[in-house]
Amino acid sequence: MNPVRRLGRWTIARIARLGRASLFLYQILMRLWRLAPRPGLLIQQIYAVGVLTLLIILVSGLFIGMVLGLQGYNTLVDFGAESALGLLVAKSLTRELGPVVAALLFAGRAGSALTAEIGLMKATEQLAGIEMMAVDPLTRIVAPRFLAGIIALPLLAALFTAVGVLGGHLVGVGLLAVDAGVFWSQMQSGMDFYDDVLNGVIKSVVFGLVVSWIAVFEGYDCVPTSEGVSRATTRTVVNASLAILGLDFILTSLMFGEG
Amino acid sequence: MAKQTTLELWVGLFGVAGLLALSMLAFKVANLGASDISQGYRVAARFDNIGQLKRRAPITLAGVRIGRVSDITIDDDFYAVVTLTISDKYDKLPLDTSASILTSGLLGQQYVALEPGAEEEYLKDGSELQVTQSALVLEKLISQFLYGKSETGN
Repeated sequence: MNPVRRLGRWTIARIARLGRASLFLYQILMRLWRLAPRPGLLIQQIYAVGVLTLLIILVSGLFIGMVLGLQGYNTLVDFGAESALGLLVAKSLTRELGPVVAALLFAGRAGSALTAEIGLMKATEQLAGIEMMAVDPLTRIVAPRFLAGIIALPLLAALFTAVGVLGGHLVGVGLLAVDAGVFWSQMQSGMDFYDDVLNGVIKSVVFGLVVSWIAVFEGYDCVPTSEGVSRATTRTVVNASLAILGLDFILTSLMFGEG
Repeated sequence: MAKQTTLELWVGLFGVAGLLALSMLAFKVANLGASDISQGYRVAARFDNIGQLKRRAPITLAGVRIGRVSDITIDDDFYAVVTLTISDKYDKLPLDTSASILTSGLLGQQYVALEPGAEEEYLKDGSELQVTQSALVLEKLISQFLYGKSETGN
């Protein structure tokens, strides 16, 4: 009977954790309006999760765009369709790669840092100390970090996509001699603001919410030891990446499923 | 205090850069504004067969894009009714303008090409094009060819 019981215990623990995470999200959402009189807290966190993630986002975006340009050209040229290179690069970046890769990088760069920071605060009993001073740690510590993630990721994803398109242009037009006019005109006639750009933005807002939620929850819920913090950080990256990819499939099938 | 100001500056720059990137995606990449489908007047055209024509397909005149297909339905006689939304800039199209469904390139998407007629009156919102030419369906062409061949007694 033991393995069955262990499975049951594991399942119950998982569900309880999911419940705690949902309650935690609800508590943060209820406290978001209290940030309004203190924008300084938010700005500081946007700096930490947004501006400091900028470099890795820009560099990766450029390289992904350039690789897309090279690979797309090599495939399209077999069909004599290299004029569609701009469209290929722009569509794959706005619809998929921009939101998803930016969110994965964000989870690795900013999400892990959030978890480690909050977890360490918990391990060193700073959170308890703040609470002793009658300051609510959810309002003071967690809510600004959560909101900053939601604001920063769409901006980062937009920058990623824009730089990626420029990278594709760099390789396609500069290196492989696709005509610049054809590159842009094919892109502009094939792209749609609502179908492509707006859906990409919606995706990145959803990813921002999920990654920030997982990151702050894992930090807040971690075992307050050095090992616990390190495990929580790992879990943030793993769970956030899985959540991003799984949600991406769901969102894509909702947005583009009808063809 | 100086540190806080630098921080605010960086966050401000980050926000501006993000919004700039977003507007570049909107206007430069997706060409928002130039392709607004709600702008313009609507003209109906009836076809026997529209092939692979889709909503938002371009409408061209002399190769210049002047509008988009805004709706495709079927009428009571089983003709395909294609609603063409043509930009208000091009409001001097003769009433007997004809429409045909063509394919751009060998494998490209299908579009509606307009051929201006000679009438004095102009098309306006709600008019219907009288002369249309349906899309070529490859299978039909092939079966016609095979059928025609057997007709002449090989």
